[in-house]
Amino acid sequence: MKKANKRVIPGFGLSMGVTISILSVMVLIPLASLVVFTLHMDLGEIINTITKKRVLASFEVSFLTALIASVINAVMGVILAWVLVRYEFPFKRLLDGMIELPFALPTAVAGIALTSLTADTGLIGGFFAKFGIKIAYTRIGITVALVFIGIPFVVRAVQPVLEKLDSSYEEAGVVLGASRKRIFWKVIFPEIKPAIFTGFGLAFGRCLGEYGSVVFIAGNQPFETEITPLIIMSELQEYDYASATAIALVMLSASFLILFLVNLIQMRNTRILKGGN
Amino acid sequence: MKKRILRLSLAATVLLASIVGFTGCGSNKADDTVTLTNVSYDPTRELYESYNKIFAEHWKEKTGQDIEITQSHGGSGKQALEVANGLEADVVTLALEYDVNAIRDAGLIEDGWVSEFENDSAPYTSTIVFLVRKGNPKNIQDWDDLVKEDIGVITPNPKTSGGARWNYLAAWAYADQLYNGDEAQVKDFIKKLYQNVLVLDSGARGATTTFVENGQGDVLLAWENEAYLSIKDYPDDYEIITPSVSILAQPSVAIVDKVVDDRGTREAATEYLQYLYSDEAQRIAGDNYYRPSNEAILKEYADVFNLDINLITIQEFGGWDEAQTKHFADGGVFDEIYEKSE
Amino acid sequence: MHEESIGSKVVKWILIGISFIFVFLMLVLPLITVITEALKQGWKVYLEAVSDNYTIKAVILTLEATVCAVAVNTIFGLFAAWALSKFHFKGKKLLSTLIDLPVTVSPIIAGLIFVLTFGRQSPIYPFLEEMDIKIVFAVPGIILATIFVTFPFISRELIPVLEVQGTDEEEAAALMGAKGFTIFRKITFPHIKWAFLYGIVLCAARAMGEFGAVSVLSGHLRGKTNTLPLHVEILFNEFKYVPAFAVSSILVMMAVLILIIKSVVEYIGKRESEDVR
Repeated sequence: MKKANKRVIPGFGLSMGVTISILSVMVLIPLASLVVFTLHMDLGEIINTITKKRVLASFEVSFLTALIASVINAVMGVILAWVLVRYEFPFKRLLDGMIELPFALPTAVAGIALTSLTADTGLIGGFFAKFGIKIAYTRIGITVALVFIGIPFVVRAVQPVLEKLDSSYEEAGVVLGASRKRIFWKVIFPEIKPAIFTGFGLAFGRCLGEYGSVVFIAGNQPFETEITPLIIMSELQEYDYASATAIALVMLSASFLILFLVNLIQMRNTRILKGGN
Repeated sequence: MKKRILRLSLAATVLLASIVGFTGCGSNKADDTVTLTNVSYDPTRELYESYNKIFAEHWKEKTGQDIEITQSHGGSGKQALEVANGLEADVVTLALEYDVNAIRDAGLIEDGWVSEFENDSAPYTSTIVFLVRKGNPKNIQDWDDLVKEDIGVITPNPKTSGGARWNYLAAWAYADQLYNGDEAQVKDFIKKLYQNVLVLDSGARGATTTFVENGQGDVLLAWENEAYLSIKDYPDDYEIITPSVSILAQPSVAIVDKVVDDRGTREAATEYLQYLYSDEAQRIAGDNYYRPSNEAILKEYADVFNLDINLITIQEFGGWDEAQTKHFADGGVFDEIYEKSE
Repeated sequence: MHEESIGSKVVKWILIGISFIFVFLMLVLPLITVITEALKQGWKVYLEAVSDNYTIKAVILTLEATVCAVAVNTIFGLFAAWALSKFHFKGKKLLSTLIDLPVTVSPIIAGLIFVLTFGRQSPIYPFLEEMDIKIVFAVPGIILATIFVTFPFISRELIPVLEVQGTDEEEAAALMGAKGFTIFRKITFPHIKWAFLYGIVLCAARAMGEFGAVSVLSGHLRGKTNTLPLHVEILFNEFKYVPAFAVSSILVMMAVLILIIKSVVEYIGKRESEDVR
């Protein structure tokens, strides 16, 4: 069956050719130079650079906030996609149109705007300050900025799949007397799961590397709210390319690993779905 | 199989061609005008906007040629890095000598550039002052007030902001005099100061926003010219306090030798920097709250600048290379302060 | 639409409510902040900032980069999606992970790798210099960076949809002797039409707002290599708070314009497909 696929549908050679050549020029060659520059140091130096206390602390900050932010995004993303596909209500188009906004707004502007909202003199920050919660200049602030940055990924990954999903499945489910909850978890969720994972993975990776908006809201206190991209930036300011590329390489490997896992899950999922058909 | 390889190579060729196509355009320029690129740091835009106008007139008068100057502004260290990486600047006008040295180290500027122009190639200077909220509610007068317990300080991170290194060194200079050079005590003073820092922004402008727009902290350590810009925007909300000791911040200017030789613009570039020392240009600097290096013209601005301040120079730190290694490099004093405060 | 029980109606409005609150807090408020800040000193200052010569040049450059990015990524996205969803081959997971990687690479690193590849430190720099080709700190660098950060956007939208759809229809068509392009046009394209549109919108919006990577690569030459987000940054750094926000509002308007076009196309398209039915 697998082999037959390759033969039957035409265009494999051409599409692979184009895919791989563009990929090489745009992504692989530039990334390779990162590796080459890191290799200017020997292994001991590389390990020394990336295990400095301050660097390790920044990894913790970056990973933790990115993880929390992308979980929030995954949940909210599914809800938003669901609402946008399944329901009719006033201002639906407006809501739909707002989703891409975080992409279009330069991250620096977003960071400045979010900071002024969530600082204790701001509209939202002032409200929370009454309960003694600080948002801007803490890890919560970083998470807020990352949620902003990551929203479109999950929504836009799940939305098309939901739209494609034939509602006749569910209708059949309703006719057969299944509860709504059961239909969602048994029929719909498995279908959109790969898309959720894709969105989650992309959002997580994006959040991990985000710089522009976070530097404004983070406070940038070493060990507390200093993110890894900022460390890379400060190494660059010291003209220390080797250290900067070494730390960059760690982040890159991390994003690669996460994405690889996401893709693994996603593909296994598709295969199960197909097998079930 | 053959067909596939053929297609693959076809696709690759098309791609390469399109990329070369992108790069092909964009390098032709009219011949009768001289063009210069001045890579500068952030808050000098208005200064150079005015200066470029008078310089264009001056050049026209002198040579009969038109001159067009392209400006680039950004963080000082980042700008230096970009020039070192191939950004074609005829002249650089950066925040500190150390950044120009980085371009020298890349082989683009010749040794001894510091003495090429008067006054260590710094046509205008500035210093570090305190910006406090109107009425100075916490009564901050000098550096030792900043290490008191309930004071919130805002200053950018000296590791990411070239300008912020002057802030740090100014504080160090004060403590050095206070404790007669006892380094343990000086470090302790600096550590206390940075423990009071609420937000360590990545650049001067970010720090100003944190202090001014978002209302964080009691005092902002700022360049004098930047502090005046904030006062200009919000005259009723802030005031400037000049500490007893501060540092003489010398923004450096230099010709990028390799670029001007390649482009044949050395003459214009030299005149461009030289003319910064003219009376007219010095007054423009003064109007933009930089301290003119010409003493006589500086006196004209005596009502703007506090001239009684004791200004320490970078030479007392042994020059930039030494200051950088000791204080700001990885594992330097600045890192030490934070490692220990864990 | 089938009948709704009271329970599901409650769920519906709760979900819609959550969506609106979330979007309002996370997206609308920052947007309002941008616009109020932009108009803080009145229309005159706003118009001056917006009609500034450098601003207009920045708009043009931003559009150029956006168009290039969308064009390259469209070509790439179509081929990559076809290759990845219609065929099974070794290294598929790896390939798909590599395609996603650029989104998750920190913008700082994205800029850095191009500087390392084409800048003065690079082994190919002497060659480029001889040919008088400028890539970094010139327009081509900006375009490269923009393509890089939006690289997987279109393919990522298409792949989940194509996977849900499966390969049966294409196989049938191919067995009946249809050519590759005909299969794509007649069978595959109608399925992915909307996902494709989302992809383009997403790509365009993100391309316009890209800040970090472009900022590393541009050199900030006023009127030459300044895109809109960079122009915003520069204004901001020059203590021009209000004009900075005014220029950001142009970006917001451009994004809104794209979203309106998208909605219109979508609306017309959906009505037509209903007419056919």
